[in-house]
Amino acid sequence: MEPAVHLRGAVALIGRFPALAGVDLDVAPGEVVLLRGPNGAGKTSLLRACAGLLPVVDGEAVVLGQDLRTDRVAVRQRVGLLGHRTALYDDLTVGDNVRFWTRSVGGDEKDGDAAMARLGLSGRLASVAVNRLSAGQRRRVALAVLIARRPQLWLLDEPHAGLDQPTRDEIDRIVGEAAAAGATVLVASHELDRAEALAARSVEIVGGHIDASGGTGPPREDVSRVP
Amino acid sequence: MFRDAALVAGKDLRIELRSRVAINQVLPLAVLLLVLFAFALDPDTGLLVRATPGLFWIATVLCGLLAVQRAFAVETADGVTDGLRLSALDTGGLFLGKAAAVALQLIVLQALLLAGVVVLYDAAPSGWLMLVVTCGTATAGIAAAGTLFGVLAAGVRVRETLLPLLLLPVLAPVLLAATRAFEAAFEGRSSEGWPWVGLLAAFALVYIVAGLFGFGALLEES
Repeated sequence: MEPAVHLRGAVALIGRFPALAGVDLDVAPGEVVLLRGPNGAGKTSLLRACAGLLPVVDGEAVVLGQDLRTDRVAVRQRVGLLGHRTALYDDLTVGDNVRFWTRSVGGDEKDGDAAMARLGLSGRLASVAVNRLSAGQRRRVALAVLIARRPQLWLLDEPHAGLDQPTRDEIDRIVGEAAAAGATVLVASHELDRAEALAARSVEIVGGHIDASGGTGPPREDVSRVP
Repeated sequence: MFRDAALVAGKDLRIELRSRVAINQVLPLAVLLLVLFAFALDPDTGLLVRATPGLFWIATVLCGLLAVQRAFAVETADGVTDGLRLSALDTGGLFLGKAAAVALQLIVLQALLLAGVVVLYDAAPSGWLMLVVTCGTATAGIAAAGTLFGVLAAGVRVRETLLPLLLLPVLAPVLLAATRAFEAAFEGRSSEGWPWVGLLAAFALVYIVAGLFGFGALLEES
């Protein structure tokens, strides 16, 4: 089966700085993979490269069958990125934000409404401007947008950060359901206990490289979970 | 493309209605400009009336600049640009939608400015068709060029100061042509104004076409 993510010697630059310096990684469709590593190791850059937001300038990089070096725009509509920034319009309400972003990928507003209901954002909260929300609430709205997009590849950057316990549990359930439905998930996290329980295997990224014991090789004994 | 344009324009207008930046900041600035010009030129009422077309369009261009800055400030906050890149929105539709939202705000502003010059400056236009067509074509040009240069400056840290430096020289032909067309309309010599309206239409067309084809590449770089 063709991998959902296939990277061989992938190099990506931020300005002149090599954010990814020859990454090798294969992720199968429906697999949940945890990206570990210290701050600045390249986890976020790897997620952004897979989303087609960071140009890959050397090596092989194929995501969902699209070559990122020749057509990274084509993959964007099929991925969902939950990053450090929430990509929400401050002056719009929760409902307006979720509906706009859902429609921006050709989705049905009902999907947006269902995602809001699932994350407890319906009712009064739906008509509150995003600039009045707490950081955790904003993150829940961003997650609702992600769910409504129905992406084939979920790219989650510290998905549990700043959230209360029930929402963290809900994220884990949502990711599990997405993977069960065939979506591929890459999770970058420092909360290893929780993220490792979520992921089938983990890889370590250090200095823009995937650690040799992770990546395409067998999962690390100490952290991997094989379904 | 037009569906996406409507979606984006609706979103931008909704943001303006909720934030009230245009009503609370841009509109008062336009009125203030009219009043200050009136104070400066008041001793010579004839000069004030003769200068009305130029003052009207200077106020419009400056307020248009603010509207464009605001239109892209909301897109650069909190990673929204990444959201747009990850969307399936047609970049031509995105350009048209943002330009349409800016244009609509400017049209409302011009209606109020026109009332302002009639009341404050005692200016009495006679060629209403010329006025309306001039406003339409000039606004299309300002909004199209502003949107194109707005996304160009959006990714730069000094965008607040860079955008006026880039945009105001580009809008000089609009300022000139719209002022000449307005002079013709105010003085009842509409036939002399139509060539200037033609120039405004050509300017708008050039920047609309450039925006339809170039906006995506500029968004990518922002």
